[in-house]
Amino acid sequence: MNLNVVDGVEGGEVMKRHMTTPTGTATGTGTDTGIEMNLVSRDKVESMGSMEKLRFILDGVKSGNIVVLEGGLTAEEQMKLIELTMMEVDDDFTGIEISGYPTKRSFLNLRKKTRLTVIGPAAKMKTIRKDKDLISAIISTT
Amino acid sequence: MSAGKRMKGLLSRLIIALLFRKRMVKIGIYGPPNAGKTTLANRIIHTFVDENEDIGVSTEIPHETRRVTTRKGIFIDLKRITRDETNHGSSSRTDSNPAVAGGKRSRARVVFDVVDTPGLATKIDFRDFMAYGMEEDEAKRRAKEATEGVIEAIKWLDDIDGVILLMDSTEDPYTQTNVVIIGNMEARGIPIIIAANKIDLPDAAPHRIKNAFPQHRVVPVSALKGDNMEKLYEEMARVFR
Repeated sequence: MNLNVVDGVEGGEVMKRHMTTPTGTATGTGTDTGIEMNLVSRDKVESMGSMEKLRFILDGVKSGNIVVLEGGLTAEEQMKLIELTMMEVDDDFTGIEISGYPTKRSFLNLRKKTRLTVIGPAAKMKTIRKDKDLISAIISTT
Repeated sequence: MSAGKRMKGLLSRLIIALLFRKRMVKIGIYGPPNAGKTTLANRIIHTFVDENEDIGVSTEIPHETRRVTTRKGIFIDLKRITRDETNHGSSSRTDSNPAVAGGKRSRARVVFDVVDTPGLATKIDFRDFMAYGMEEDEAKRRAKEATEGVIEAIKWLDDIDGVILLMDSTEDPYTQTNVVIIGNMEARGIPIIIAANKIDLPDAAPHRIKNAFPQHRVVPVSALKGDNMEKLYEEMARVFR
């Protein structure tokens, strides 16, 4: 399954999308092999403290979900997330795949504005292409 | 010698040490696994300290370096030679050989500690090490050490005065790990030089790194073969002093 995230998409509060793959329905076994996606709005992201945000992301990813944050994470938060991830890597959880749009300078060039960050389990998600306004990733359901 | 004279001598040495001591600059070599960080650290030490001294071992297996290693007190003293070549159609040139005399000269020198760090990664799977012929137990132990190494490398960012971010110029440079390292350095106001390594390989494309990070200095090098290292040393002396 391919996931394309393009700049300009507005999110809801926390919208959960359950995506069933063609493989899952084709087998006709009745078992749901879909991937859960958590699309988190900027308001929700901004309402959380830094550590709360990272815990929310990592809990979601460790459950096998793809987490998409409108507004994204700062470089410092991403580094902290990598550190936190490394503390929790074991035989089953091998880490995260993380991708994000580069920051933009805000009005008067005073502050860097983060945009969008996608985080998923390394075992399931692989970024295949990334540029300033497009992230293309493969999501594996096996 | 009387106690008074001894005290006077100690005091004068202390004042001299306080007034004239050079603060040691810590330069961290950061980058993804297998970019050549230890090879670069070894090259720097071979050039300025001792040809037979190594800071670590380089292999093709990722995460070979799993602990931060420091070599203190490396003294770079380059005699930068700038020739005014405006009459020849170019503004200026820096000679590739730092020892050559002549031209308009300015001394560039820096004393620093080189800090070789484990490769930064967002995922570590012990099964990847088994592909290199390791037994499962050994692979799991290595994976555990590698995760600890990443954490240690991140913690060291608090003590670093400058960063050489090493990238493999045969790979896509626009990875989130590279973006995160650069973003953190910019947020902390720490100077950064990007070294585009492995230019001796046929599919090297250092221009991709320059295009991906146009706001930073990019120096193409081969740490293994020693190609263009003088240019990197000059940049280090200029940026990190």
